[in-house]
Amino acid sequence: MWPPNNKSLNSVSDNLIEIRDLSFTYGQRLVLKDINLSARRGQVIAIMGNSGCGKTTLLRLIGGALKPTSGSLLVDGVDMSQLDQAGLYRLRRRMGMLFQFGALFTDMSVFDNVAFQLREHTNLPEEMIRDLVFMKLNAVGLRGAHDLMPSELSGGMSRRVALARSIALDPMLILYDEPFAGLDPISLGVTGNLIRRLTDTLGMTSVVVTHDVQESLKMVDYVYFVSDGVIEAQGTPAEIKASRLPYVHQFVHGEENGPVPFHYPAPDYAADLGLAA
Amino acid sequence: MQRATLDLWVGFFVVAGVAAILFLALKVGNLGGFDSSETYAVKASFDNIGGLKARAPVKSAGVVVGRVAEIGFDPKTYEATVTLAVSTHYPFPKDSSASIMTSGLLGEQYIALEAGGDEKMLVNGDMLKITQGAVVLENLIGQFLYNKSDSTADAAGAEQAAQ
Amino acid sequence: MMEALLDSIRGIGRRTVNRVSRMGVAARFFLLVFLHSGPSFRRFHLIVREIFTAGVLSLIIILVSGLFVGMVLGLQGYETLQTYGSEEALGVLVSLSLVRELGPVVAALLFASRAGSAITAEIGLMKATEQIAAMEMMAVDPIARVVAPRFWGAVISMPLLAALFSAMGVLGGYLVGVVLIGVDEGSFWSQMQAAVDFKEDILNGVIKSVVFGVAVTTIALFEGYDAPPTAEGVSRATTRTVVTSSLAILGLDFVLTAFMFRGV
Repeated sequence: MWPPNNKSLNSVSDNLIEIRDLSFTYGQRLVLKDINLSARRGQVIAIMGNSGCGKTTLLRLIGGALKPTSGSLLVDGVDMSQLDQAGLYRLRRRMGMLFQFGALFTDMSVFDNVAFQLREHTNLPEEMIRDLVFMKLNAVGLRGAHDLMPSELSGGMSRRVALARSIALDPMLILYDEPFAGLDPISLGVTGNLIRRLTDTLGMTSVVVTHDVQESLKMVDYVYFVSDGVIEAQGTPAEIKASRLPYVHQFVHGEENGPVPFHYPAPDYAADLGLAA
Repeated sequence: MQRATLDLWVGFFVVAGVAAILFLALKVGNLGGFDSSETYAVKASFDNIGGLKARAPVKSAGVVVGRVAEIGFDPKTYEATVTLAVSTHYPFPKDSSASIMTSGLLGEQYIALEAGGDEKMLVNGDMLKITQGAVVLENLIGQFLYNKSDSTADAAGAEQAAQ
Repeated sequence: MMEALLDSIRGIGRRTVNRVSRMGVAARFFLLVFLHSGPSFRRFHLIVREIFTAGVLSLIIILVSGLFVGMVLGLQGYETLQTYGSEEALGVLVSLSLVRELGPVVAALLFASRAGSAITAEIGLMKATEQIAAMEMMAVDPIARVVAPRFWGAVISMPLLAALFSAMGVLGGYLVGVVLIGVDEGSFWSQMQAAVDFKEDILNGVIKSVVFGVAVTTIALFEGYDAPPTAEGVSRATTRTVVTSSLAILGLDFVLTAFMFRGV
């Protein structure tokens, strides 16, 4: 029975995100093809794949920054492709997004960064905003850094501030774009744990786009592998680790050669060096 | 930076900027001199206005009392019609006269208003009866040369007669 | 041979089409900024902040340049006027050239290179570091929150800066002409006052500076917003802001002058 009535789905479905047969073309290029993906409420799901496979595009589609070419994409029962600007903004108030390098506002202090959405979208008195900001900063362990500027933070810290900023309005869904990129092992573990803990304590749903296999397999509930715009494999972390699929195996174990070749397509090496007979 | 410091600086900046505009208006410009918004229009015809331009000053006893608002040409009388905007602070008698003068030998041309003796004052739209056009330097020189040759011719004639 | 010729003509055509379509996009952007200006006036402190960055931080360069331009005008003007024995007209020369032309134009050129380039670089970097995208994801319209306050802050600052430039210039001319050289002070000011009209000269100068402010700010914001999100893209956009807005200032100045002072 697809597609179901939007209203009934809103109240019944356990899935916060429902993607059915989604395709996306950029210009002439088919970036995503026949994607089927769902995320249950309260879950952390990971979208993995090598660079340029279309996973960030998928995240942007869920965030509503792009519109699918065909297929349907429902977030909390709302069809994203039917939304106008105002409707999209209404939905986004209940969404958070963590950008690759935090994307903190460089002209504001840490405090003002976290307070940004509260000030933009609510009419709360300044004392209450102060309390809320300190609560969010405390959740990521950076309450003491509230009057620093983003330029004074390390990569891991600014990622955590950005996380505090994205949970400011207690969203139902948070999207993470490469949350582990460029972090040292300690920050990596801290960030991974934070994502898991916040998802559980705040009752959110998290979608993590990453290529960091080891860290994400530790904390996610379900994994989608994307390769060349199609979902190559999916399953729980245990299933993924045990997978015999060559692509997944290569990815999980970081092998140099496999379905993803080391060499960019090129003519015969010997011929290029002029050694051919 | 703190909101209060920021506000203070911006406040200073805006006050300084407005002060600069006021300085330009009052000290550099003529806004302090006479109010160009409160004027009455007076017309005058001249046989020749020379190099008079719109916005040239109208002076009386050397004081600026108005400006030339408009210069036109009357195709019936073949004369120039000049509209003067005179400040309402300076009423002039009805029989005042206007003449076109030059400040210095090569300076800008202006209109000199000479007050008459009438008891009635000029009102908006009145016409000045007594005017004197610009003295054109070329005509002056021409006249001078003509007189000179005349007088030399006269002198020559007298000499001939005497002989 | 023929093909090469056709190719170069094609190139000209393509560039022309690109330029024109870019202008169209910029015009639409300008309109968009206008339509989204409401919120920034309701939260005026956002504009105050931008008046600080665009206006107050440009003060030093504007005041110092104004003073020096006025002093140079005083010196050069005196040299020339002395030849005709009319040094008293120095005040007229200095004030008219400043109020009508140099004030608005030079202040706008300085503004373009000081504040305009800063605006482009800031917006370009905000885009490159995904701050703009982050704002959109937080359901905050970046045009209303980031672009419009900067637009109005700069547009409000520009005429004030131009007036300060002119005023400093007149003071500079006074310093050199009256204090240093010894032109009669009374005739310096009185001739100036007789020649400078409030509406024709000063008000028109202010109008010019407002127009320049709108042009420079629109170009700066558009270039920043449109910049490719890379280091190279932002640096190119910054250069383009200075070049394009300088040309726009000079071109607009000619058009405005032709309308304002023709036949006077």
